Amino acid sequence: MTEKKVPLLEVRNVSKDFFGNKVLNDINFTMEEGDVLGLVGENGAGKSTLMKILFGMDVIRETGGYGGEVIINGNVVKFVSSFDALESGIGMVHQEFSLIPGFTATENILLNREPQKYNVISEIFGKRLNTLNRSSMKEKAEDAISKLGVKIDSDMVINRMPVAHKQFTEIARELSKDNMKLLILDEPTDVLTEKEAETLLESIGTVAKRGIAVIFITHRLHEILSVCNKVIVMRDGLIVKDVPAKETNVEEITKWMVGRKVKEQETKRESDPDKSNKTIMSVKNLWVDMPGETVRNVSLDITEGEILGIGGLAGQGKLGIPNGIMGLYEAGGKVILKGKEIPLNSPRQCLDANIAFVSEDRRGVGLLLDETLEWNIAFPAMQIKNKFLKKYGPITWRDEKAIEKVTEKYVEELQIKCTGTKQNAKELSGGNQQKICLAKAFALEPGLLFVSEPTRGIDVGAKALVLDALRRFNREKGVTVVMISSELEELRSVCDRIAIVSGGKISGILPATESSEKFGMLMVSNVR
Amino acid sequence: MGETLISKSTLQKAVQSFGLPRLIIAGFLLSLFITAPFVGSNFFTQLSNTINRFGWNAVLVLAMVPMVHSGCGLNFGLPLGIISGLLGATLSIEMGFTGFASFVMAVVFCTPFALVLGLGYGWLLNKIKGGEMMIATYVGFSSVSFMCMMWLLLPYKSPTMIWGYAGKGLRTTISLEGFYSGVLSNFLAIRTPHMLIPTGAILFFALLAFGMWAFLHTKTGTAMTAVGSNATFARAAGINVDKIRILSVGMSTWLGAVGILVYQQGFGWMQLYMAPFNMALPAVSAILIGGATVNKASIINVVLGTFLFQGIVTMTPTVINNLMMVITGQGLDISEVIRVIASNGMILYALTRKSEVTR
Repeated sequence: MTEKKVPLLEVRNVSKDFFGNKVLNDINFTMEEGDVLGLVGENGAGKSTLMKILFGMDVIRETGGYGGEVIINGNVVKFVSSFDALESGIGMVHQEFSLIPGFTATENILLNREPQKYNVISEIFGKRLNTLNRSSMKEKAEDAISKLGVKIDSDMVINRMPVAHKQFTEIARELSKDNMKLLILDEPTDVLTEKEAETLLESIGTVAKRGIAVIFITHRLHEILSVCNKVIVMRDGLIVKDVPAKETNVEEITKWMVGRKVKEQETKRESDPDKSNKTIMSVKNLWVDMPGETVRNVSLDITEGEILGIGGLAGQGKLGIPNGIMGLYEAGGKVILKGKEIPLNSPRQCLDANIAFVSEDRRGVGLLLDETLEWNIAFPAMQIKNKFLKKYGPITWRDEKAIEKVTEKYVEELQIKCTGTKQNAKELSGGNQQKICLAKAFALEPGLLFVSEPTRGIDVGAKALVLDALRRFNREKGVTVVMISSELEELRSVCDRIAIVSGGKISGILPATESSEKFGMLMVSNVR
Repeated sequence: MGETLISKSTLQKAVQSFGLPRLIIAGFLLSLFITAPFVGSNFFTQLSNTINRFGWNAVLVLAMVPMVHSGCGLNFGLPLGIISGLLGATLSIEMGFTGFASFVMAVVFCTPFALVLGLGYGWLLNKIKGGEMMIATYVGFSSVSFMCMMWLLLPYKSPTMIWGYAGKGLRTTISLEGFYSGVLSNFLAIRTPHMLIPTGAILFFALLAFGMWAFLHTKTGTAMTAVGSNATFARAAGINVDKIRILSVGMSTWLGAVGILVYQQGFGWMQLYMAPFNMALPAVSAILIGGATVNKASIINVVLGTFLFQGIVTMTPTVINNLMMVITGQGLDISEVIRVIASNGMILYALTRKSEVTR
């Protein structure tokens, strides 16, 4: 009976450095069967590195291994690759989906572990020519899905699924492994809407009841409190707090995470007395063909000097609005800026009209990952406004000095953590990359700024800074800001008015002070 | 212990920034230079050969830069530029220009061809984004084949260029003696008994390289680099991506045309028909060995790569051949075989070094 005393997972004195740069220092914790551990910390606190060690990822071994011990069921393990980790019953669901889009849920769940049938050919040529036992596959897949307590069509092809179902499929794949003991979920709710996230949280509870331990990483702190029984807070490579979830609250966790007091976001924003009621832009009957975010018929007036929020559930078309106006996706309708019509489908003309856009797709659209911060910040302003240029005789060259100066200015203003202005953008963490994207737009000195999902995937500290920067930009420079976000509370803390998009149309515009219930009603009013 | 850690990491950084492949090749080249005197080949003659070949080839390698910057990849379609150069050269000779004027006029005549062909080539590459290098290869192949017919059919009259017995059709190789043979290389050339430094050719390359460097520092040049780094980013910043790409292809084609003229003036012969076929791969290899990737290339990459590539290709055959003769005591000349193995080996090695940037 001493067996029972041995914890499922024990991490003892684990440390890790990347070429002399310590990222994990003396990490200790234990988990029992059925525990749900919430792991929180700012970006760069060491969460991902710790998970990579647990999952035996190649990067760890290639960069010189780690110090300390990982003990599973009383045995010290040293994974050479992720396959060893899988064998020991550890499963991981990564932030990005690793599913085959053209396969069904069943096929994805049981990929390479399919139950098989012998046939004539395989009797002669060996097991590799066995046929798949489709009916038993379906049974197994559905069994795994039912463990999650959700309903997914196991015959549906992945690329036709909504995001949430893809996420569930991934988790089901891990659960379908018979020896599964420990499940690591890396920010699984990040891509989900609030409703979907709730379902996922319920499933985590169901899974834990079956005796599987779960490590749950997220930035959404209230999720941790609702589902975990234990919370570990990391900061700068250390575990700063290890407490039962019952004995803490969101404020406390936030404080531990950032190590400094984060100002409670003011829910009410004092309205500007001298705000004019002039319309700066009016959008009429806009349609945008953006995959997954189709806009059908949007008409909207934006008032000069305000911060307008655009919210709504995922996939209802809120992201399509700025992308369509800025000409990044095929669009139609009418957009009038200060009485002049702006042609659609032409990014250049929008930019020339003094509109700037911070895309939700940081890595794809927002950044030159392989170039320096200087280039990233100065490039659009150079191309559109002819800034940071200098004449040498007949030819005009980049003014490297001016570029460095403006970059230094924004690095300081937005507290961007970097080794210098010549660092490549891809080396920064998500939050700091987002700040670069904002700096890029600020450097354009626009009259109207669209910001799409400015806080997606970044931590609490960075979030407060980004929102504060936007607020200041609006107040001090008088720039009209249109902010698109899936987080209603965030919109309510920053915006004057909030438009809710549902089914590709504006279902209503309310002042930010209106109650959450009213916004909620608008969100689901004509969902398709 | 701490200190060794630091010194190790600085050494690692130095190696990383120069690149291990370049270190190995440079080391090999150095060992060839050291071995040369011991096996009976003059060190200065060898060095001089390498520098001369650098002068011939550097502009062709420089032609890779614009397309790499705009994200069109390596210009496997370089023969298209070379054909423009050949058209310019033959026209210049046909019209009776001689000496330095024949070189200037060849550059002038090749320019419209290079621009028109480059425009069409660029338009084509814009239709097949993502598969540029494959299509470029076939553009090169087919243009060479097409011109094989044209060289026979075009009504050239100059007796120095056409087949003597038929009285029509261009010869496969045409001597440039009396025309622009050596016009750059001999300009301000430094001569010693064993050495000839082609100052003029190197200066001409330096001029073009400086022009390229300067262009990449202008607004349009910056846009070109951004297009290659992330085309979506550039589009969102209001850049007309297609236009920039066509511009880069045009520049690359024109540099290819001028590059072959520089090559010919050093070599002393003009080669038609299938000759352009074999010019693209050495240029591609040289820039890759110089440390360029499919999306990034600098002037340093060009200079370093051309020197290393041409150094190996000129040195290996003579040194290894002499070495074999010393060892075996037999006067068997297999330098040509070694040359083919060395140059193709380098091309193969360079192509395995092809790497792309993160997206």
